[in-house]
Amino acid sequence: MADQAARIEKILHQFPQIKRNALIPLLQAVQDEFGFISEEAVAKIGAHLSLPTSKVYGLATFYNQFSFSPRGFYHVVLCNGTSCHMGGAGDLLNEITKLLEIGDGETTRDGLFSLEVQSCIGACGQSPVMSVNGTYFSGISVKEVREIIKQYREDAER
Amino acid sequence: MRKDKALLLKLARSDRSGLNPDELKRSDELRKTEISRPLVMVNSSTSGIVAGSLLTWKAVESYAADRSIELDLTETGSIGLSSEDPVVSVQIPGRTRIFFSRITEGRVPSLLDDLFHQVVPDGNVIGQLLREGQEPWENVPALADLPFFALQNRIVMESCGIIDPFSLEEYMAGGGYGAFIRTIRSYTFSEVCELVTASGLRGRSGGGFSTGEKWKAAFRTPSDQKYLICNAEESDPGAFMDRTLMEGNPFQLLEGISIAAYAIGSNRAYIYIRSEYKDAIRRINNAIKELREIGLLGDNILDSGYNLQISLRKGPGAFVCGEETALIASLEGKRGMPSSKPPYPTTSGYLGRPTVVNNVETLSNLPGIIRKGPEWFRSIGTEESPGTKIFSISGRVALSGLVEVPMGTSFDTIINKIIGGAGRGRELKALHLGGPSGCMVPLDLMDLPVSYEALKEKGLIMGSGGVLVMDDRTCVVNTVRFFMYYLNKQSCGKCIPCREGTRRMAEILASITRKPADEEGSTTLERFKGVMQLESLAEVMKDTSLCGLGQNAPNPVVSTLKYFRHEYEEHIFERRCPSNTCTELRTWYIDVDLCTGCTVCAKKCPADAIIGTARHPYFIVQEKCIGCGICYDVCKFSAVYYK
Ligand SMILES: Cc1cc2nc3c(=O)[nH]c(=O)nc-3n(C[C@H](O)[C@H](O)[C@H](O)COP(=O)(O)O)c2cc1C
Ligand code: SF4
Ligand code: SF4
Repeated sequence: MADQAARIEKILHQFPQIKRNALIPLLQAVQDEFGFISEEAVAKIGAHLSLPTSKVYGLATFYNQFSFSPRGFYHVVLCNGTSCHMGGAGDLLNEITKLLEIGDGETTRDGLFSLEVQSCIGACGQSPVMSVNGTYFSGISVKEVREIIKQYREDAER
Repeated sequence: MRKDKALLLKLARSDRSGLNPDELKRSDELRKTEISRPLVMVNSSTSGIVAGSLLTWKAVESYAADRSIELDLTETGSIGLSSEDPVVSVQIPGRTRIFFSRITEGRVPSLLDDLFHQVVPDGNVIGQLLREGQEPWENVPALADLPFFALQNRIVMESCGIIDPFSLEEYMAGGGYGAFIRTIRSYTFSEVCELVTASGLRGRSGGGFSTGEKWKAAFRTPSDQKYLICNAEESDPGAFMDRTLMEGNPFQLLEGISIAAYAIGSNRAYIYIRSEYKDAIRRINNAIKELREIGLLGDNILDSGYNLQISLRKGPGAFVCGEETALIASLEGKRGMPSSKPPYPTTSGYLGRPTVVNNVETLSNLPGIIRKGPEWFRSIGTEESPGTKIFSISGRVALSGLVEVPMGTSFDTIINKIIGGAGRGRELKALHLGGPSGCMVPLDLMDLPVSYEALKEKGLIMGSGGVLVMDDRTCVVNTVRFFMYYLNKQSCGKCIPCREGTRRMAEILASITRKPADEEGSTTLERFKGVMQLESLAEVMKDTSLCGLGQNAPNPVVSTLKYFRHEYEEHIFERRCPSNTCTELRTWYIDVDLCTGCTVCAKKCPADAIIGTARHPYFIVQEKCIGCGICYDVCKFSAVYYK
């Protein structure tokens, strides 16, 4: 994990001004780099800004953008905004939860899939919308979700 | 290629009569009224990308490469027809530009083949953009004549989907930045405040507060440093006008921010934007860079002595961060929790200094107001609500997208005439305005003119302009339950009435949309008591919550209890969901012809409600069924259905 420590140090160096204002941009930079915020990162950021770890953690958990477990190999994002919900996103969520046995913000034990439910990704004309590693699927049904997940699973096995 | 600054400033400032023939030619090239090779524009805004426009883009590239055709391929924003994405427009030299709907990658070759042979392809045509000096296509409707566009008045969105959002030159050649240049050269700070007050512009984020008055309050507060913040959080799910404005015409917003910052005597502006808005962020970053390069941002802008820095800050996401005091806290590196007002941000805001927070759409209105004058602006809309408003329309509609209409236009015009109603032969049932903490509007009020004052009179709020359309298949109670659940999750937790009130409301609503586990004892009574509670709970939440989230949270409940009481009653008394949406209130049956008697459903039913003999059709004992739908999920023969 020496590598991870070095990468965190590098990010900290980009924020030389140790003011509270830097806290959110710092967390964002770590999230962008690793896809999640590790305990190690929280501790290092706290030390860098002279803030107690609990403060850093308390702030980070307040916001939706930050996650605290590594993402899966396939990161599934489901939109559950109003329009998507009306278009059946609730059923899709049930299906995904059943298929992957994980909930919002969780990662499967084998690390293959993670799930994130967003409140509006802004494509209300295409609802319901889901994306896997940035590839979008719009206007999908429960059946299609089943097939998409199956396809990704097969791809991973190959 | 270095930009010709002197020329651009001239193009932006003067009317075209002041230009010499060379300058006119360059202006036409930049505005793409005269082009020398084919131009393909792909809508690469969020909605376009979700619909597949990145693949469309690649298909155009390889089409051109395979055939060694020289063409210009550029990005654009959305013209507002989100459900028609990916929208692609094509212009060939000498002719008008045509817009096409749903051009997925596979459709690219035949589309371009046809057009390059001067043939308009069958299908997918939206319309053509008529412009002087260009030959129109036969039998292609003009965009401006389509019902979708004809009844709108696009001022703020005028260039969205038409221009290249990455090209400062194109924006300036169309007169862009002329308003800002005039502002810093010809007006004092307070003159700009007066001018905007005179225009009657009111904040477009929902409150409808006078923009000029807000500026004056900040301008009058003495301080060594003042801030202007553009609120681009757009936390409301279902609202996408701010995003579309940023993606379609970022320079217009930046020009608006520059004018506003100048008016309050600030040289520091921030754009607080949701981190998920990646495509808008990319465009704004580019715009800031281009403006710096040409000297329209930075120190001593155009030798006026005025300095301005604009920076982008990504919001880490929380609904409540759209509220201005929460936004400021978040910008200061704290949790985004609202604080009580007064003091208002205009006296003590970011880092304790006078701060004006304005919405994206509000700011995007400014260049037009300066360019054409306050009287022009006042001539649009209503007496008390001048100008236009953009509504983002989604849900069960024929077309979903953005509509910009003069204030005072009726819902009927917006939904039935412009958008085409519920579509697919469905009947409209209701509109929901203003997101999760907005109001439900019954069809009786479709003739209501949409303006701050007319809505207020009916006890409704405009909100940010999100309109969710519901048809006969949508359940009012279920939708409100969804909103309440959402608001409960988003409450920052500071006020007990908001935090606990939304939770209690969500619980009560959930209990109505479910069958009681047993009919005996006190469960039925509890449900009743719950519903009786809703109204008084709403009062308390409204009166005692600190910020607009908690104050407005009861809106959906209150408005539906007022206008859709019968639906609540059907759910409670008859245990029936009239639109069949509430899964757990459905009545389930087994089709005797399809059932093979495999016993799977009976084994899985949690209520032991399914009985029968193996290899013979099973049936459901309705009195025992709790409506979970598990039998439906497990049946391999599709024998289970509901009514
Ligand atoms: C819970 C809550 C969420 C809000 N979200 C937004 C938002 O996403 N965007 C916005 O511009 N204003 C939002 N507002 C309104 C802002 O507090 C503020 O009034 C607005 O930015 C002022 O801009 P305007 O005067 O230009 O309308 C929200 C208010 C509340 C109470
Ligand atoms: S009303 Fe709700 S969101 Fe607003 S400050 Fe109170 S608890 Fe937070
Ligand atoms: S819906 Fe649920 S409770 Fe009713 S019969 Fe089917 S499995 Fe049993």
